[in-house]
Amino acid sequence: MILRAANVVLKDGVKKCDIRIADGRIAEISPAGKGKGSAESVLECQNLTVFPGLIDMHVHLREPGFEKKETIETGAMSAVKGGFTQVCCMPNTKPVIDNKIVVSYIKAREKEVNLCKIHPIGAITEGQKGENLAAIGGMKAAGAVAISEDGKTVVNTKLMANAMLYAADFGLKCLCHCEDASLVDGGVVHEGYYSTLTGLKGSVRAAEDIVIARELCLAESLGVPVHICHVSTYSGVQLIREAKARGVQVTAETCPHYFTLTDEIIKDFDTNTKVNPPIREERDRLAIIEGLKDGTLDCIVTDHAPHHADDKNVEYNFAAFGISGLETSFALSYTQLVKGGALTLEALAQKMSAAPAQILNLEGGEIKVGAPADLAIVDLNEEWVIDPNEFASKGKNTPFAGRKVYGKVKYTLVNGEIKYQN
Amino acid sequence: MRQKDILGLYGLEAGEIEEILSLGLTMKGLLKEGKKTLPDLAGKSVTTLFYENSTRTRCSFELAAKYLGAHVVNLSVATSSVQKGETLIDTGKTLDAMRCDVIVIRHPVGGAPKLLADTVRAHVINAGDGMNEHPSQALLDMLTMKEHLGTIKGRKVAILGDIRHSRVAKSNLYGLKKLGAEVTMYAPKTLMPVGLDQMGAKICSSREEAVEGADVVMGLRIQLERQKAGNFPSLGEYAKYYGVNEEVMKYAKPGALVMHPGPVNRGVELTSSLIDGDSSKIEDQVLSGVAVRMAMLKLLTEGDCQ
Repeated sequence: MILRAANVVLKDGVKKCDIRIADGRIAEISPAGKGKGSAESVLECQNLTVFPGLIDMHVHLREPGFEKKETIETGAMSAVKGGFTQVCCMPNTKPVIDNKIVVSYIKAREKEVNLCKIHPIGAITEGQKGENLAAIGGMKAAGAVAISEDGKTVVNTKLMANAMLYAADFGLKCLCHCEDASLVDGGVVHEGYYSTLTGLKGSVRAAEDIVIARELCLAESLGVPVHICHVSTYSGVQLIREAKARGVQVTAETCPHYFTLTDEIIKDFDTNTKVNPPIREERDRLAIIEGLKDGTLDCIVTDHAPHHADDKNVEYNFAAFGISGLETSFALSYTQLVKGGALTLEALAQKMSAAPAQILNLEGGEIKVGAPADLAIVDLNEEWVIDPNEFASKGKNTPFAGRKVYGKVKYTLVNGEIKYQN
Repeated sequence: MRQKDILGLYGLEAGEIEEILSLGLTMKGLLKEGKKTLPDLAGKSVTTLFYENSTRTRCSFELAAKYLGAHVVNLSVATSSVQKGETLIDTGKTLDAMRCDVIVIRHPVGGAPKLLADTVRAHVINAGDGMNEHPSQALLDMLTMKEHLGTIKGRKVAILGDIRHSRVAKSNLYGLKKLGAEVTMYAPKTLMPVGLDQMGAKICSSREEAVEGADVVMGLRIQLERQKAGNFPSLGEYAKYYGVNEEVMKYAKPGALVMHPGPVNRGVELTSSLIDGDSSKIEDQVLSGVAVRMAMLKLLTEGDCQ
C-alpha cells in the first residue's frame, strides 16, 4: 500500500511524502509523487497528516471483571478510533493483573480482538493490597511492560523501594500513582474556591506532591528509574523539573483534562468532572503546559477510565472517578497545545508516541523505514464537536461533551492494516 | 416566585429573598396569634426525604406544611444505606409518580438536591446538602435579624465556629451579602475553608476583630467528631480560644443579637449566660424557622395548576 502525498510527521519536521508499506512495515519514505507502486492500493492523503501511531501508556480496559464499563474489544475500538495503535492497560481489573495468568489472558484477548497492540501493566503488589510483591518476573515473561499500583500509592515506603529495585532487575519501571490517602481524607475535588463554593470535599496539592517527592527520593537514592503518573499540580511539575536537573531517572505523564480544564467546571456538580487526581486551577493548567514544553513532562496519556452511566448518575461523592479519554485525546491535545502555540506537530508526536515507546521500551513511536506501519492519519483542519454518544467506548463519561475541537482521525493503521477509517 | 426549586441562596436574587422574608414575617405574626390552620397548601402533598439525622429541621418543615394544610409524609433513609439502596434519582422518580408536590431533602453530599431537582417534576427544597447550602436556616436567621433590627442592609453579622463544614455559614453569607449586610468570620485555621473572602466575607484573625461593632453574633455548632479528626485538641481549648463569651461580646454593638442554628453545645460555641441572656434570639429563631418554611412552601407552590 502507498500513502500518497501525505504531510508526514517525521522526527525532524513535517514533510510532504509518499509512504510505502510492505509486510506490515514501512518500506520506503520518498518525496511526494515519487513513491512507486502501480499495482498496489493507494491511499490518497493530500490534505491529511500522518502521525506515528499514538501510544497511550495509561488506560483502563476494565476486562476482566468490569465488562459493563468496557471490554478489551470496545476499548480497542475506542483506541483505534482515537488514532492509538498501542495502549497499556492498568491492573485494577477483577481479578487484578498481578500474575502471569491474567497477563496471558489479556494478551490472548489482544489477538482475538486484533485491533491495536495491548500491553498489560502488572500490579506492584498482590491484589493491589500493598502487602506482598506481585509476581513481577512472571508477569514480565508473559508480556507485562511495567508495574503500577494504579489508583493507589504503595503506602509502605520500604515495600515501594523494594518494588523499584526488583522491577529494575527485569527492566521494568514502576508507574506511580501519587496520593497520600490520609491527606486526601475523602476529598473528591481540588481544594480551593470551587470546593468551598460547592461544599464538595477538597484535596490539596500536597496530597499528590508529597508522594511525588517520595518516589523521586527513592529513585534518586536507589539509582533506579521511576515514572510519575498523571501529574496535575504546578508544584508537582516543579518537583520533577528539579529532580531531572539533578539527574534523577524520572519520566512523567499528564492528561488532556489537566492542560485543558480548570476546577471551575465542578460548579454544577457534573460527575463527569470527577477524576483523580482532581482538575485543579489555572496556575496548575499553565504549569502543566509549560512542563510539556520544556520536557519536564515527557508524555500525554488519557488515563482512559470508562464507566457505565449508572456509576456516574449519582451524587458527586458516590460517583466513580474517571474520564473516558481515548477518543478525545488527540483532538484536545492538538487544539490546546499545537493550535495554542505550545508545541509543534513533531513535539506533539513525541509526547503522544515516541516518548511512551521510549519509556516502556516498546517498538514503534516513529515513522521511519523498517518500523512497524503503525500510523494515525488525521485531518487537522476538520473542526468537530465532541459527542459522547458517538464514542466507540462503552464509557460515555466525559466533561468535554459539546466542546469544539480540531483534528479528526481518518485512518488508523496497525502493522499496515487499516483498523479504523472514518 | 419564578423558581421551581429552592436549592440555595446562591441562586436566588435579592428580590426573591426579600419576598420570602416578607411573607415569612406575616406567617410569624399569624403563628404568634395562634393561627395554625391556613388553607394555602390544602390538597398538596409534601414529602420530607432525609438522608441525614435531623430533629428540628424536619420537625419544622413538617409543622410548616401541616399548618398550611398539606399532607405530609416523612421518609428516613439511613446514611449508611444510601449507596446500597435505591438511587436518589430512582427515589425521586418514585415520589414523582405518587404525585408528590414538594420534596424537602437533606443529604450528606453537596449538590444532591440539584440532582434530584433536575430529575423530578415536584418542587425541591434543600434542607441542607453536605457542606454546600442550608437555605431555610439562613432565611430564618435573616428573618430573625430583620424582625429585631428592622433592616439587614448595612448591618454587620459576625459568624464564628466550624465554618469549614458549615452549610449554614455559606447560605448566610450569600443571603446577607445580597441584602447588603457585612459578614465577618472567624474560626481555627483547621476549620476555615479557602475562598470565602472571594465570596464577600471578611476573614478575621481574632474573635475580637470579627465581633467588633457587630449587630449580630452567630455561633456555629462544633461537632465532637471534628475534635476526633484532629481539628483542635479539645472542646475546652476550643471554648477558651475560639468560643464567644461576655468578654468577646464587649466588642460588639451594645445589645447585639446572639444567635445559633442549634443545637448548642453550652459553654463551647457560646457561654450559657449568653445563650440564656436577654440578647439571645436562639429560641425565637426556631419560631422564625417554621414561619419562613411556611413562606417557602407557599411561594413555591402558589402558581401550580390544581
